[in-house]
Amino acid sequence: MGIIRKCELLKKEMITNGIYKFSIKAPEIAKEVKPGQFLEIKVSDTGEPFLRRPISVYNAEKDIVEFIIQVKGKGTELLSKLDIGKEIDIIGPLGFGTFKIQNYKNVAIVGGGIGIYPLYQLTKELKGKSNLNVYLGFRNKELVTCEKEFEEIGLNKLVITTDDGSYKEKGFVTDFMKKDIEEHMVDMIFACGPLAMLKTVRKFAIEKNIPCQISLEERMGCGIGACLGCAVKVITENGFRYGHVCKEGPVFNAQDVDI
Amino acid sequence: MNTEVNFCGIKMKNPVTVASGTFGYGREYSQYIDLNQLGAVITKGTFLKPKKGNPPPRICEVPGGMLNSIGLQNPGIEYFAKYDLPWLKSFDTKIIVNAGGSTIEEYVELCRILNTLDIDGVELNLSCPNVCEGCMAFGTTYDGTKKITGEVRKVLKDKPLIVKLTPNVTNITTIAKAAEDGGADAVSAINTILGMKIDINTRKPVLANNTGGYSGPGIRTIGVRMVYQMSQVINIPILGLGGICNADDAIEYMLAGATAISIGSANFTDPETSIKTIHGIEQYMKNHNIEDINSIIGKVQMN
Ligand SMILES: Cc1cc2nc3c(=O)[nH]c(=O)nc-3n(C[C@H](O)[C@H](O)[C@H](O)COP(=O)(O)OP(=O)(O)OC[C@H]3O[C@@H](n4cnc5c(N)ncnc54)[C@H](O)[C@@H]3O)c2cc1C
Ligand SMILES: Cc1cc2nc3c(=O)[nH]c(=O)nc-3n(C[C@H](O)[C@H](O)[C@H](O)COP(=O)(O)O)c2cc1C
Ligand code: FES
Repeated sequence: MGIIRKCELLKKEMITNGIYKFSIKAPEIAKEVKPGQFLEIKVSDTGEPFLRRPISVYNAEKDIVEFIIQVKGKGTELLSKLDIGKEIDIIGPLGFGTFKIQNYKNVAIVGGGIGIYPLYQLTKELKGKSNLNVYLGFRNKELVTCEKEFEEIGLNKLVITTDDGSYKEKGFVTDFMKKDIEEHMVDMIFACGPLAMLKTVRKFAIEKNIPCQISLEERMGCGIGACLGCAVKVITENGFRYGHVCKEGPVFNAQDVDI
Repeated sequence: MNTEVNFCGIKMKNPVTVASGTFGYGREYSQYIDLNQLGAVITKGTFLKPKKGNPPPRICEVPGGMLNSIGLQNPGIEYFAKYDLPWLKSFDTKIIVNAGGSTIEEYVELCRILNTLDIDGVELNLSCPNVCEGCMAFGTTYDGTKKITGEVRKVLKDKPLIVKLTPNVTNITTIAKAAEDGGADAVSAINTILGMKIDINTRKPVLANNTGGYSGPGIRTIGVRMVYQMSQVINIPILGLGGICNADDAIEYMLAGATAISIGSANFTDPETSIKTIHGIEQYMKNHNIEDINSIIGKVQMN
């Protein structure tokens, strides 16, 4: 389970307009982290903004942990301005619901926007165990990131889509995934991205009876399961209960949650 | 140096507790801090029966803190007594159960059970909506507050009764007096202040419940003012909370008249806030040659 750590910012790189890749020195996190887990990052020493920001681990190797952040509001903006050498206050790795890895024969890994980042470590760990079919969707050419990094893992297939067709395939990433799966069945789908995309993936997986793991986002207070802020409907025998993304998730079996 | 306080009969090793709803039943934060160091743990608001809670989004960050509309999700008293209480008892700290209900009968039934449990006190949350009275919070009128406090007092014979007040009232001293008149051993204040945040792009409130409770440093001055005002009117001790982030904030509340304090949302920013506050209070006592923390309670010198 995550503890509070001060991690030195070793490297910060703008990989495309408004998206930054951070490398921090965090040997314990690197050792512990499982695919899908996230960090709760303190963005300010002044108490304003008040809450930490949940950010997924992108990659972990040896002593180094990497994460990638798209600037959205004031918290991510502050992070993007951090100086190299500064210590970042981080709780992590967090989340008991991680991507579960078994010896699947064929898998589809589908990500949209910033949702592709938690899929990188997963894809690396699946390498050698499964045939990897990866589908990454972006709004436009400028927002396409990490294509080379995914490619270099050694994939059976990599499909890049943009909503406006400004780069590679035009259209929704889920349509390409569906089409392929109609032709070649997979035994697991992994997905992370915007809610609309996850809904589509979930519906498809349930219709086709394909096991599917999805990583969810919700607004968080504590990030560790104490405040009950990050609620998600978990389906039960007699209806539903509210589970919590930070603790039971962020990864859930698609069949288990109502999104 | 003495940091021990006697809060309405609850002897705490220091005045620092953790606020209801921000600390669950302690399990999660026990991974981050040593619960043995705390004056008391105040549990998540617990009801007679389990409660589902509100749909998401339940949380929204705002300047000076956050809004929440958790909707009092909790597993019910039976579950607490069976699974969480025995675990909490393994720590050397006091256990105060925050109690909620939707009707007076529910509160009474719950407190009848709480009276038999191995706990150190009950904090009655009067900010819960009263389903019999158009979902107005119980603690918004003198009569309502006195009535429910009195009814609960009848069954909660053997435990200290702390009545937690809502700040969403015209005059909190009237309500504090009602709690005292109803037989409370102490009051705690403040609960969250009702707020609303609108997303101007969707033109909808950010919280699914539309409104939510404001907590965090932004409400501290209101809490301090209310604790001071109450201390001038009632003769029972006060647990002060609202926006406390460090020892300086805690001492402000004590000077205003609080015998003990709670750390709430600040746990989220830094899980170690409560422990740092305990150490900071000790440091303050050293710096100011204070032998006994009790000697500063209510010692604000008004202009
Ligand atoms: C488990 C998880 C993993 C994430 N991983 C990444 C990642 O790897 N890279 C990345 O760029 N982003 C990621 N996000 C989204 C990221 O947390 C938000 O973009 C960020 O919190 C926005 O903060 P802000 O201050 O810039 O925006 P503001 O809009 O100013 O934030 C206001 C409040 O809303 C919350 N908030 C806003 N958007 C989101 C969101 N989408 N999800 C949850 N809370 C939100 C903030 O945390 C903050 O409390 C992840 C979210 C979750 C829940
Ligand atoms: C997420 C959350 C949940 C809360 N749940 C409860 C509750 O169940 N019962 C209660 O009496 N107060 C509850 N509160 C109110 C706090 O105990 C406290 O009174 C309030 O947050 C002000 O203190 P703070 O500014 O230090 O957070 C909750 C507050 C938050 C932020
Ligand atoms: S953020 Fe507090 S329970 Fe998930």
